[in-house]
Amino acid sequence: MTSRDQPILEVKNLETHFPLDEGTVVAVNGASFEVMPGKTLGIVGESGCGKSVAARSIMRILDKPGEIVGGEILFRRNRGESSEKVVDIASMDSNSAEIKSIRGGEIAYVFQEPMTSFSPVHTIGNQIIEAIRLHQDISKEGAREIAIHALDAVGIPLAERRLSDYSFQLSGGLRQRAMIAMTLVSNPTILIADEPTTALDVTNQAQLLELMSELQTDNGMAIVLITHDLGVIAEMADHVAVMYLGEVVESAPVDDIFHNPQHPYTKALLKSIPKIRSNSSERLASISGTVPHPYDRPPGCAFGPRCDFFMPGRCDASIPALQEVRPVHQVSCFLYDEGD
Amino acid sequence: MTTTESRLPEERLLEVSDLEKHFPIKQGFLKREVGRILAVDGVNFHINDGETLGLVGESGCGKTTTARCILRAVDPTNGEILFRTREDEVVDIAMLKGAELKKIRSDIQMIFQDPFSSLNPRMTLLDTIGEPLLLNNIGSKHDREERVAELLEMVGLRPEYMRRFPHAFSGGQRQRIGIARALALNPKLVVADEPVSALDVSVQAQVLNLLADLQGELGLTYLFVAHDLSVVKHISDRVAVMYVGKLVEMAPTDELFSTPKHPYTAALLSAVPEPDPRAKSERIILQGEVANPADPPSGCYFHPRCSYATEQCKLETPVLQEITDGHYVSCHRAEELILEGVLAE
Ligand SMILES: Nc1ncnc2c1ncn2[C@@H]1O[C@H](COP(=O)(O)OP(=O)(O)O)[C@@H](O)[C@H]1O
Ligand SMILES: Nc1ncnc2c1ncn2[C@@H]1O[C@H](COP(=O)(O)OP(=O)(O)O)[C@@H](O)[C@H]1O
Ligand code: SF4
Ligand SMILES: [Mg+2]
Ligand SMILES: [Mg+2]
Repeated sequence: MTSRDQPILEVKNLETHFPLDEGTVVAVNGASFEVMPGKTLGIVGESGCGKSVAARSIMRILDKPGEIVGGEILFRRNRGESSEKVVDIASMDSNSAEIKSIRGGEIAYVFQEPMTSFSPVHTIGNQIIEAIRLHQDISKEGAREIAIHALDAVGIPLAERRLSDYSFQLSGGLRQRAMIAMTLVSNPTILIADEPTTALDVTNQAQLLELMSELQTDNGMAIVLITHDLGVIAEMADHVAVMYLGEVVESAPVDDIFHNPQHPYTKALLKSIPKIRSNSSERLASISGTVPHPYDRPPGCAFGPRCDFFMPGRCDASIPALQEVRPVHQVSCFLYDEGD
Repeated sequence: MTTTESRLPEERLLEVSDLEKHFPIKQGFLKREVGRILAVDGVNFHINDGETLGLVGESGCGKTTTARCILRAVDPTNGEILFRTREDEVVDIAMLKGAELKKIRSDIQMIFQDPFSSLNPRMTLLDTIGEPLLLNNIGSKHDREERVAELLEMVGLRPEYMRRFPHAFSGGQRQRIGIARALALNPKLVVADEPVSALDVSVQAQVLNLLADLQGELGLTYLFVAHDLSVVKHISDRVAVMYVGKLVEMAPTDELFSTPKHPYTAALLSAVPEPDPRAKSERIILQGEVANPADPPSGCYFHPRCSYATEQCKLETPVLQEITDGHYVSCHRAEELILEGVLAE
């Protein structure tokens, strides 16, 4: 089928702003990336670079006063009558029936903080059963069976007994699994996981990553994995988008990102992390300065003030565009700009 | 003071023996004690003068409580904490009281994880960094200002920032402020509890480099507590691994990462995802969760998750033993198991 070679989700020049009294926070500033069916897109970047806002823009669950002010979010639908129809999520009303059926149905979202994703006053069982009955016409008993099966599938021991637990009774690792179980009951074609392992220990992280890979093999869903951890990206992603201050600065297959990085930010980031499997304990190559606040975004290339290759008069004069430097490898940096 | 000199070998700055900290679990109207959380349950380790000892383990295994015992932020339930003061006297921190304890406090300082909540938003950098000097009646107002300026410079901040408030600074800068404050009294031992965990990767490298520079310049000794094994490997001379209130292994860094001797250490190391897609290795994926410190398993606390466990492991609690020079392990099978590390030998 040709649709396997076409992106299931295409984000083009997305711009999401938060107009506040103090000024406008440009949280996402023209970001573009694609998600291929059955594959994992890793989105990596330091805190505040717009990863979560981009994800919440796709789900259309932005906090007020956040709004999408530009760009497209093209989603290839695959359910019932609308199968293969491409819709623009960015132009939908955030309360429309269409986005509601996509959200929690075809596209599922797992939060960074699993504590807030379950209601503390209902049992886990009731919440999962409700999620199932929202999308399927099925009896309570039937939904209960599916819920037990889902908890079992994500490796929660004694699944049936857990149905009557409240989320605060579970450990962080189990809560994150239960959250994934709840999203899986709708059989999503895309799972967006926003820092799913950041609050977990390495051992629980390894368990969860393994679970996500298994589920992907079984269900063929695409995963958008958002994280600041380059180790997690290397392990899980097929393709990687590197974000800096609301923009995608480099987008490439995972092997290229780690073995042939092009953007000065990607290069610097890779050099600055200590590596567990290397014998040297030399000084780390640090990146000077800090990520600027999106209020005072520097003119031109946002990475300019921290960049070792900064070209005055060029890099601070205009914003470099994301351009293909090799097949499926895109970079936004004037070092690679042969346009003029 | 206790005569403990003879028991602390010359090269050691600190030696912790059989340290225990139990928190009572109280319930009901009468607040009866119904159980105990064995947060630290018989820990032994030492730190040599001028080195960095890394302390790792999953969350809840007692790292912070161990650190707090050394600082006497909590009172240990049992055990001994021998420390060599700047006057070259050896004291047992666990036994100190009142003025003696206060005196020792300037020798041991702490750097906290969260640079946002650990600084008072209503105090300027001068007040925050100079507070330890003021509390110890050191110097005049003018002397203190000079010292704060010097400290700011030492941690890579401009002395002109002295009269600003912490909200004007980024996470990395706030962590530098916390470091400057910790150094104000010229400590010998700095206990850093997850000092870079809340920082972005690009800033984390700056702070790790700063800590290394300061150690070189000032001859500091660090106890570096963290859950990120890559960071710990980078900064530590030796590493100690904790599991449910107990130390399970301690060795020089390269040795621990190349030839771990405890199954828990090997599993922890193997779980760390490597930032290289070509290096996809076979993982040991530990099943289950960390044991509950209020109700630990019998025998070796790790046995329910250990793939090498035998009958003996369920029945007998292993003790920490030095199996080769400087390599301590607490596992019944330490000498026979051949475990894989993450470094070539
Ligand atoms: N509800 C909000 N109101 C105002 N600003 C916000 C809100 N949510 C996020 N932002 C801002 O948008 C930027 C991007 O945030 P976010 O997407 O959460 O970053 P990341 O997930 O990459 O850490 C940040 O500067 C953040 O402060
Ligand atoms: N003040 C306290 N009162 C009761 N229990 C505590 C207290 N401090 C820590 N604990 C418990 O002791 C155990 C060890 O905690 P901690 O030392 O913070 O571990 P770590 O720093 O390794 O994550 C945990 O089970 C924790 O809940
Ligand atoms: S003592 Fe037994 S259970 Fe404990 S780590 Fe060693 S082999 Fe495993
Ligand atoms: Mg986020
Ligand atoms: Mg801790």
